[in-house]
Amino acid sequence: MLRFLIQKEFLQIRRNAFLPRLIVLFPIVIMCVMPWVMQMEVKNIVVDVVDIDHTVESQRLVRQIAASSYFIFGGQKSTYAEAMKDIEKGRADIILEIRDGQYLIAANAVNGTKGSMGSAYLSQIVNEELRMKNGEFATALPTSAAANSSSFIVNSLTLYNKHQNYKLFMIPALLAIVMMLMTGFLPTLNIVGEKESGTIEQINVTPVSKWAFILSKLIPYWLIALFVVTVCLILAWLVYGITPVGSLWLVYALAMLLALFFSSFGLIVSNYSDTMQQAMFVMWFFIVCIMLLSGLFTPTRSMPHWAYLTTYVNPMHYFIDAIRTVFIRGGGFREVAHQLSALIAIGLFMATWAVRSYKKNN
Amino acid sequence: MKQFWSFVIKEAKHILRDKRTMLILFGMPVVMMLLFGFAITTDVKNVRTVVVTSQMDHETRQAVERLAQSEYFTIVATAGTPREAERMIRSQKADMAVVFASDFASKKSGLQLIVDGSDPNMAQQWATFATAVLTSAVANSSFFILHSSLLYNPQMKSAYNFVPAIMGMLLMLICAMMTSISIVREKERGTMEVLLVSPVRPLMVIVAKAVPYLVLAFVILIVILLMARYVLGVPLAGSLFWIVMVSILYILLALSLGLLISNVAQTQLVALLLSAMVLLMPVVMLSGMMFPVESMPQVLQWIAAVVPPRYYIEAMRKLMIMGVGIGDVMKEVIVLAAMTAALLAVSLKKFNVRLE
Repeated sequence: MLRFLIQKEFLQIRRNAFLPRLIVLFPIVIMCVMPWVMQMEVKNIVVDVVDIDHTVESQRLVRQIAASSYFIFGGQKSTYAEAMKDIEKGRADIILEIRDGQYLIAANAVNGTKGSMGSAYLSQIVNEELRMKNGEFATALPTSAAANSSSFIVNSLTLYNKHQNYKLFMIPALLAIVMMLMTGFLPTLNIVGEKESGTIEQINVTPVSKWAFILSKLIPYWLIALFVVTVCLILAWLVYGITPVGSLWLVYALAMLLALFFSSFGLIVSNYSDTMQQAMFVMWFFIVCIMLLSGLFTPTRSMPHWAYLTTYVNPMHYFIDAIRTVFIRGGGFREVAHQLSALIAIGLFMATWAVRSYKKNN
Repeated sequence: MKQFWSFVIKEAKHILRDKRTMLILFGMPVVMMLLFGFAITTDVKNVRTVVVTSQMDHETRQAVERLAQSEYFTIVATAGTPREAERMIRSQKADMAVVFASDFASKKSGLQLIVDGSDPNMAQQWATFATAVLTSAVANSSFFILHSSLLYNPQMKSAYNFVPAIMGMLLMLICAMMTSISIVREKERGTMEVLLVSPVRPLMVIVAKAVPYLVLAFVILIVILLMARYVLGVPLAGSLFWIVMVSILYILLALSLGLLISNVAQTQLVALLLSAMVLLMPVVMLSGMMFPVESMPQVLQWIAAVVPPRYYIEAMRKLMIMGVGIGDVMKEVIVLAAMTAALLAVSLKKFNVRLE
């Protein structure tokens, strides 16, 4: 019985002109384009310099900024007000004013990250100059600006991502996003599409059991998820030369568990919705919430306490932690055992709910 | 005229009947504002630190105290060797480790920070902050020669950056996606035929569909602005009149986009996927909302240049947060107006009076 239902599902997917193309193209487009988009590196910042002092040192600093590959030199302006106009027009991002031996860095912080990172890099350059000039060390952090006599040296060693390659950090995240979108949205539209076209009535009158019906809808999406993960991993290796440090079967296991969660969740939403639009919107809402609170884009540790509590029931959070541990840090089974068990528990709970929420006679 | 209004009322009833969608439509901006305003930050906080030292002498303890007292770091464990600390980092029980050399007190060897480099940005921030906290002595203000100030957003609240982007995304979502789905759904169900044989001009039918969504978008815009001002504390520094005007222009643009999509799509699924892929993804990725556009390769920057929400979000950022006058956003307004005119012309041209 189950075999025929699964066959029916595959036939339906293939018959739809749009879906097979989407399933193949979407991961490819995302994997090829997104890592270039997700550059959190702050680059191409325009610096305007207002040099009132015009000393040899200040001019040397100006030349250094102009020669820096990191900043774009916006030019020397004669007054601070003139430079501010540039910022207002969006033509400049940071102003460096040199007056009476004092250095002021004013950064446009509407985009907080951009402002603070640009300001930090610029102050590093200024610090280097000052240190060379008279051995003083002036720090400038947005929250505290204090001079000190540095009494000991601090070295720093970076683990796992030696080249500070942001792509390495984001590729597992992209895997998660592609999986989430593919196995989240497609099952959502599945049952509710049948409801809208009326074919659900025919299935309801057959003696097919609830769990067989739901299982037959879940399995094709797992297979699609398997395919999608493979394509993404191959692309990551081909295009970026990035491969998981840890074991591959752990990556697959985690991906399958995430697929279990999202496809069950999609079916649940589908069961409770009457139209495709409703199902889409509800799913969209939950996906955005899950994605934002999972630690995919921003670290979960920076969240306020109430938000941090939600990560305990957020399967995406466990997935992201685990996949980054396996992919980047080279963790093994023992390191991700905690996340694996959480994912299994949540996945099974969702699958049971999907079966129970499907009503043959409403 | 009366015919037009009865169509508008019919459409409004359709929308209001669908309680679940309405709930999401109003709930989504509220939840997103709350999330972005309070939960999503890249602030350095609660960095789990392991202290690695073979003995705890006075100097070491002082340094550890400084770390523990700062709001950025939390000491979660002490370890005997760096290898042990590394294992803790790998199993995600810690984010970084501070290793004190055995003769630290003699001030000759210094200390080493071992940082989890998976997230390069955060790793860099952690290292910088840790260095600053560990090496800072009491500030002597006469040595101050480097000041740093953050314009417009002194507390570096990321809400300032996100609110215009959320506005851009949600307005595009409502006006383009919902309008196009609504029109295509009628085509799919077959009720479009019924409408087209009525004495109302076909164009009026379509415009009547767009009007309730326009009103809805306007209401949502007000909700977002109110929430931004009173809940998140984002200043509305510019003139409210121009903010609303530019938003109306953007809404018209989104509606014409919705109209164009509905002309092209035959089924709801296609309309939905088209608006999601072509509109929402670029908005989220290429509008500068989450990732800075200047850091992207040239090709993507060109694509970002044709994405309408980018200009709207830029204009909103300048108007709302930087408080500039309308003169400084002229470029964005002209681009938006030109795009609206072009899209309207194309969609009206392609509009089929008969169902093909």
